[in-house]
Amino acid sequence: MKQLLSGNEAIALGAYHSGMGFATAYPGTPSTEILQNISSMEGVYSEWSINEKVALEVGIGAAYAGIRTLVTMKHVGLNVAADPFFALATTGTNAGIIVVSCDDPGEHSSQGEQDNRHFAKFAKVPMIEPTDSQEAYELMDWAFKISEEFDTPVLFRSTTRISHCKSVVNVNRERPSNVSDPKFLRSSAKYVMVPSNARVRRIAMEERIAKLREYVENFPLNEMIMGDRKLGVISSGIAYQNAREVFNGASFLKLVTTYPIPEKLIRKFASEVEKVIVIEELDPHLEEEIRLLGIDVSGKDFIPIIGELNPEIVEAGAIKSGLIPTPPRSNTTEVPAVQIPPRRPQLCAGCPHVGPEFILRKIAFDSSVKPSLTPREMTEKEMVITSDIGCYTLGVYEPLGALDTCVCMGASIGVGLGMSKAGIPNKGVAVLGDSTFMHSGVTGLIDVVYKQGNTTVLILDNRTTAMTGHQGHPGTGVSVTGTKGPEVNLEKLCEGIGIKDITVISAFDLETVESTIRRCVETDEPSVIIARGPCALREKIKGTPFEIDADSCIQCHECLDVGCPAICITGEDINIDPAVCVGPACGVCAQVCPSEAIVEMKR
Amino acid sequence: MKDINVLMVGVGGQGVILASDAMAEIGMNAGYDVKKTDSLGMAQRGGSVVSNVRWGQKVFSPMIKKGEVDFLVSFEQVETARWAAYLKPSGVAIVADVVVIPISAMSGAVPYPSWDEIKSVLQPQTDQIFFVPAIKIGQEVNNPKALNIVMMGALSTFLDLGDEAWLADIRRKVPPKFLDSSIQAFHKGVDEIKSLK
Ligand SMILES: Cc1ncc(C[n+]2csc(CCOP(=O)(O)OP(=O)(O)O)c2C)c(N)n1
Repeated sequence: MKQLLSGNEAIALGAYHSGMGFATAYPGTPSTEILQNISSMEGVYSEWSINEKVALEVGIGAAYAGIRTLVTMKHVGLNVAADPFFALATTGTNAGIIVVSCDDPGEHSSQGEQDNRHFAKFAKVPMIEPTDSQEAYELMDWAFKISEEFDTPVLFRSTTRISHCKSVVNVNRERPSNVSDPKFLRSSAKYVMVPSNARVRRIAMEERIAKLREYVENFPLNEMIMGDRKLGVISSGIAYQNAREVFNGASFLKLVTTYPIPEKLIRKFASEVEKVIVIEELDPHLEEEIRLLGIDVSGKDFIPIIGELNPEIVEAGAIKSGLIPTPPRSNTTEVPAVQIPPRRPQLCAGCPHVGPEFILRKIAFDSSVKPSLTPREMTEKEMVITSDIGCYTLGVYEPLGALDTCVCMGASIGVGLGMSKAGIPNKGVAVLGDSTFMHSGVTGLIDVVYKQGNTTVLILDNRTTAMTGHQGHPGTGVSVTGTKGPEVNLEKLCEGIGIKDITVISAFDLETVESTIRRCVETDEPSVIIARGPCALREKIKGTPFEIDADSCIQCHECLDVGCPAICITGEDINIDPAVCVGPACGVCAQVCPSEAIVEMKR
Repeated sequence: MKDINVLMVGVGGQGVILASDAMAEIGMNAGYDVKKTDSLGMAQRGGSVVSNVRWGQKVFSPMIKKGEVDFLVSFEQVETARWAAYLKPSGVAIVADVVVIPISAMSGAVPYPSWDEIKSVLQPQTDQIFFVPAIKIGQEVNNPKALNIVMMGALSTFLDLGDEAWLADIRRKVPPKFLDSSIQAFHKGVDEIKSLK
């Protein structure tokens, strides 16, 4: 049956049709939809884990217990899960286990760009990369088989344009009726990695890679497509599709087993063409592997190492290097210069993060200093706002402009502690979301107590993982299937860690937000402020909208500093879009207005 | 089978993704190989949305090259200008009259351009510019959310699959409550272009 599936849907369905019985993940773009799709599949246990490390550890348990397992995450998630990933590479597995890493070339929605193909070589595990949804679907079956036959995890690497591109899939399998029963075979030599055992496994790892090198030579989805023999293009993943657009009629070697690579096949291909190039996104992974074979190959000298490729970029590189002729100048005339205002993402109308970030801007930044991109000295009165990753990171943009750092998930607390221990004269606030606190902020907070720090931690608790599309987390108790379990209570958790000063406030009550932060930063002990308010995008809150009372408005434009998408200005006149404003449940602008000109709309 | 490249652009929440999903499915059901991909830029938080939809005998990259878009379907005026360079010479631009002012334009730093200015960006490329009164149509059918369906109707007049291919997809997807108004919106989109052609 033909179906239009995104790469992520195809990965989920392919795994399902290959007898996957267990799936874990922590959300992260562009990987999130894989687990979301799996969650409605009968006969599969699925869960949002607290973070990627735990997701993989839980997955390892299931695979050791004999159940085919899929663990999915975004590229930086594998950094978090690197420790269990390497450990799993050492012990090997019982049932098949696939780790799906969805990389984000071009950083569409990530804090960094990295090429996770390095992880395969680094951990000495086989890697598979699909070039479209059809292959994503088919390769799941191969990946489970490889995992079991070679006693290894398989790294299944996708990228944004594979995961989020929809293409036609011939769905030609069904879920096997006899999915294996859970059973753990006790073997301390295999599963207890004390040095004496690990040394033995270490040898097995090298033997495994040697066998895999042989195996991939005949892998059916690696494909030679011979055309004009003057140019041979070796490529993988989405880069292959882009290359096919540009090098029309050339010869291609499409690789889906990208670690280890099929040496003999590559030599054969290279011997049949006059010139070999590699087209790949991000780092020269294939290029370097192929060069090690002694084959004369080029690629990154004309294809960018940074960012996402597309046919245009590949074409430009190919023209620059003389591989294809310069196309005749199209007769496009000069386009008149019209300035186009950029459209950046912003916090929603009614977002509970807006109020606290507005206050942080007000009390932590000297209002007489104009925001600028160049580093500047801080005055002693200013505070450092170490922040984290989530919707609230959008508060870095003007007009809120309220953040100083965003490093990696959970780092806000540790970075804040480090600054104060290093002895900077400024006070500071560490700001992070509820999901991020659970993911890895809590360990930082434990360190604050242990180090007798005085960090003030502001948890923006919107009761969901908003940025990635509203997943549950331990603090909400909501599972990926939507069932409700016990909630891990934030206040009690902090109390148990040893925090004595814990204040729970409404995120929409600006006066209290301000007074609480001001009080907490002055004390010598650590404190936690939990600013609570529901995510407006998720709860779809809608009350009587506010409007501007033109007679009272003094046109000071202070309400624009809130950065609410409902508030617009034409000329000097401010208007509130009644379709966008959520009304009194928020009311941040009304509290900011010095002349009480923002009032509920009269009917 | 002629290759067809469609770029659908707009702002988060306008239904661009739903429309491009439908477009891809309709192409597949008509026997094309299809690929579609979106650039979201945190769309739900008010960013720009761009969907590439490609129909063809065999489609490799989901991304359309600059200068190779046959149909630029724009759900918001200034987004048209942002993507104008992707249109091929004499390609078709279908533009909804909708304006969503980005926050960067509010401070006055980069003012929101007028429709004439936006049009002047398109004109060197093509004179096939169709300005659709989508807001009015939304009001007429009492369903402002049907913007994406108006645009599908407009686009359908350039592709010879017949209305039924599109309506079948709409019937499958739209909740019963909005079905009638959606079908009306589709026909009004069709009529609008026919009257402009
Ligand atoms: C290691 C890692 N995993 C996952 C992500 C993807 N991600 C970005 S923000 C976020 C969570 C945000 O949730 P929360 O802290 O509750 O803030 P909210 O978006 O709800 O405001 C996630 C999972 C990431 N950036 N890094």
